[in-house]
Amino acid sequence: MAETRIPTVIADELHIVYRVNGAKTGKGSATAALSRILKRGSDDAARGVRKVHAVKGVSFIAYRGEAIGLIGSNGSGKSTLLRAIAGLLPAEKGKVYTDGQPSLLGVNAALMNDLTGERNVILGGLAMGMSREQIKERYQDIVDFSGINEKGDFITLPMRTYSSGMAARLRFSIAAAKDHDVLMIDEALATGDRKFQKRSEARIRELRKEAGTVFLVSHNNKSIRDTCDRVLWLERGELRMDGPTEEVLKEYETFTGK
Amino acid sequence: MSDRPSPDDGISAAELAAKYGLSVSGARPGLAEYVRQMWGRRHFILAFSQAKLTAQYSQAKLGQLWQVATPLLNALVYFLIFGLILDADKGMPREVYIPFLVTGVFVFTFTQSSVMAGVRAISGNLGLVRALHFPRASLPISFALQQLQQLLFSMIVLFVVAVAFGSYPSLSWLLILPVLALQFCFNTGLALVFARMGAKTPDLAQLMPFVMRTWMYASGVMFSIPVMLADHPKWIADVLQWNPAAIYMDLMRFALIDGYGSENLPPHVWAVAGGWAALVALGGFVYFWKAEERYGRG
Repeated sequence: MAETRIPTVIADELHIVYRVNGAKTGKGSATAALSRILKRGSDDAARGVRKVHAVKGVSFIAYRGEAIGLIGSNGSGKSTLLRAIAGLLPAEKGKVYTDGQPSLLGVNAALMNDLTGERNVILGGLAMGMSREQIKERYQDIVDFSGINEKGDFITLPMRTYSSGMAARLRFSIAAAKDHDVLMIDEALATGDRKFQKRSEARIRELRKEAGTVFLVSHNNKSIRDTCDRVLWLERGELRMDGPTEEVLKEYETFTGK
Repeated sequence: MSDRPSPDDGISAAELAAKYGLSVSGARPGLAEYVRQMWGRRHFILAFSQAKLTAQYSQAKLGQLWQVATPLLNALVYFLIFGLILDADKGMPREVYIPFLVTGVFVFTFTQSSVMAGVRAISGNLGLVRALHFPRASLPISFALQQLQQLLFSMIVLFVVAVAFGSYPSLSWLLILPVLALQFCFNTGLALVFARMGAKTPDLAQLMPFVMRTWMYASGVMFSIPVMLADHPKWIADVLQWNPAAIYMDLMRFALIDGYGSENLPPHVWAVAGGWAALVALGGFVYFWKAEERYGRG
């Protein structure tokens, strides 16, 4: 059994640091900015650039076929860790090695509210690296899955006219239309009404079958139990526990006092 | 799971990665590979620029009509100030000066807005950079392409102005195409350079309008450089005339306006136009690529 385990993601002593300009005094006043420029050359702290050490030395190895849950309180570095694995945030120290290109299930940023749903489907697909033919092929599936057109012809209206639920559904449908090697899902299950949630959970199980390894960030312990067989628990940017779902969740629930 | 013994126990992460052929996530690809990736994203680059262009006026009642109306109004304002009030024509006949002025404004605006869009290409789209994978150069190139499409709308206005002042379509109008192509290459390179600088120092977005305005006044948008600087040492006029913005403006005027002949162009003008385009486009691309893995940090 042990011989057949093939690693797909290796994180080696990974550190991620964000830098925030002009947050030293919290006022961002002109004099503060001026002194920041004058003190150029000296170290970051003196110049009022605040560092946020979001992930501190996390190491783990993920294997093919695993579904890994990421848990931890708000601001513990879960989303940051996912972005670093995807290679979207540069590491301060340490390295992440991956098999192929991990992708984050998130396309929101490429979509434009002033464009019609139709054009957003195409734009989002292209942004994720699909070809025009692939998008044409899947276009109808995406629209049907989102259920946008159930209440009339909404797909030809600009996205700013959608309700927040409708927009979230369309975004998830576009994001879930592509197949991935290493797939990372950041609390995507919480969108839409009950009916849509069921449909998206089914779609995620499908994606899991196709993908080599799945990472899931969620605050819903039930959905972690349903989908994951291993859990990483992050707290204050440090890996607090790494093990089978039940073991870690039990500790976590004691910790959060549930 | 992790406590199960494995034949891979005891070797370092880097060795393990090498053993199974894993690569470093988010590492910068080689230049050739980078160009290949860009080519793979050509549809995205085009679609993104068109989407930006359409989104610009989607809330206005007149909608896409503004694509033409905005440059038209712009030309009117400059005509009013420099043509009627200030008499900046300096002996140029009116039927030459008005198209001369409008061409200058449109051609310079093309470079100016490409630079401004370039400065914000990365820093203004951090959400996109942090969510999806694509060669980051797609963004500045896409913005430069958006400005090119914007200019094509302006060209409609420009043709109308030229014809209204007696410059009718002729063979020389075909020269517009190579001029536009060269200027687009130049602008794209510039957008790439400023995208990298703007990603590191977002303050550039505040500073650049002043730099661009200085450049505009120094490039002879509303006056002829040799005429205006006739009583100054000749080298000043030479330097100003060889600057890329002036070169592309002069070439466009030469192509379009009947009364603006080759005597107004500096020597070797096509070689200089091509040289600037190649130098800035290639240099800008390599300069941008060198920081590829660093875009997206806080």
